[in-house]
Amino acid sequence: MSPILFYIFAAMTLVFAVAVVANRNPVASALSLVVSFLGLAALFVGLDAYFIAVIQVLVYAGAVMVLFLFIIMLLNIQAEERRKINVPAYAAGGLVTVAFIAQLWFVLQKFELGKTAFAPLAEKHVDDVRNVGNTLFSTHNLPFQVIGVLILVATIGVVVLSKRELK
Amino acid sequence: MTLTLNHYLFVSGLLFAIGFAGVMLRRNIIIIFMCLELMLNAANLSLVAFSRFNLVNGLPNYNAQVLVFFIITVAAAEVAVGLAIIVALFRARQTTHVEDINSLKF
Repeated sequence: MSPILFYIFAAMTLVFAVAVVANRNPVASALSLVVSFLGLAALFVGLDAYFIAVIQVLVYAGAVMVLFLFIIMLLNIQAEERRKINVPAYAAGGLVTVAFIAQLWFVLQKFELGKTAFAPLAEKHVDDVRNVGNTLFSTHNLPFQVIGVLILVATIGVVVLSKRELK
Repeated sequence: MTLTLNHYLFVSGLLFAIGFAGVMLRRNIIIIFMCLELMLNAANLSLVAFSRFNLVNGLPNYNAQVLVFFIITVAAAEVAVGLAIIVALFRARQTTHVEDINSLKF
């Protein structure tokens, strides 16, 4: 991936992620999240992970965001009214975040291996989906089955939670 | 100038920090939930970057991409359950503001 494209998509991802946090209106936040996920999918394409990029768009930008928007609409949430902000809590949250970013910066300065460029792939066009599928169904077959059970449990849980009366 | 692994790791860390800041600073439970998704995606980005960096026979390490696939699946299940809980909570309390939901607070 050319550096210019990387910077464009990284900026897109980060700017709209900030918009998610900064927006007062939940609908605007949800739509910013879609754009942020699309930027992330573009970064995945740049890392030659085409399958993950497509899954990211389908599952996150598609299914998950429709669910979020549906719930926001269902609950009829308006833009938050301004409340008295809890100054110590805000200061602590901001401080921990800034400390995390500073720590990240210093760790990455010392991480020499990460300063080498990405090695080129053996082939120009990798058969991405087939390779991921092979790994998924051979090496990681048991976890895959377990994930199926997890989805079933989640579905039953959602149905139980959504019943009118919780006894 | 060429792209290095550190570029991707820094973007991933910043994305995680933004999500974390959202969880700490926002008081709307739906926004907090969206910020959790941001943090999961930050982890995915560093996994994919490492997968591309550690080549196996000239191909990306697909174990990491399978792990990302699992994370996305679990995140989708988590969103479904979490939003069901939020709807149940809204029915009981008519609010999505976390400071109004404090029955379990010590």
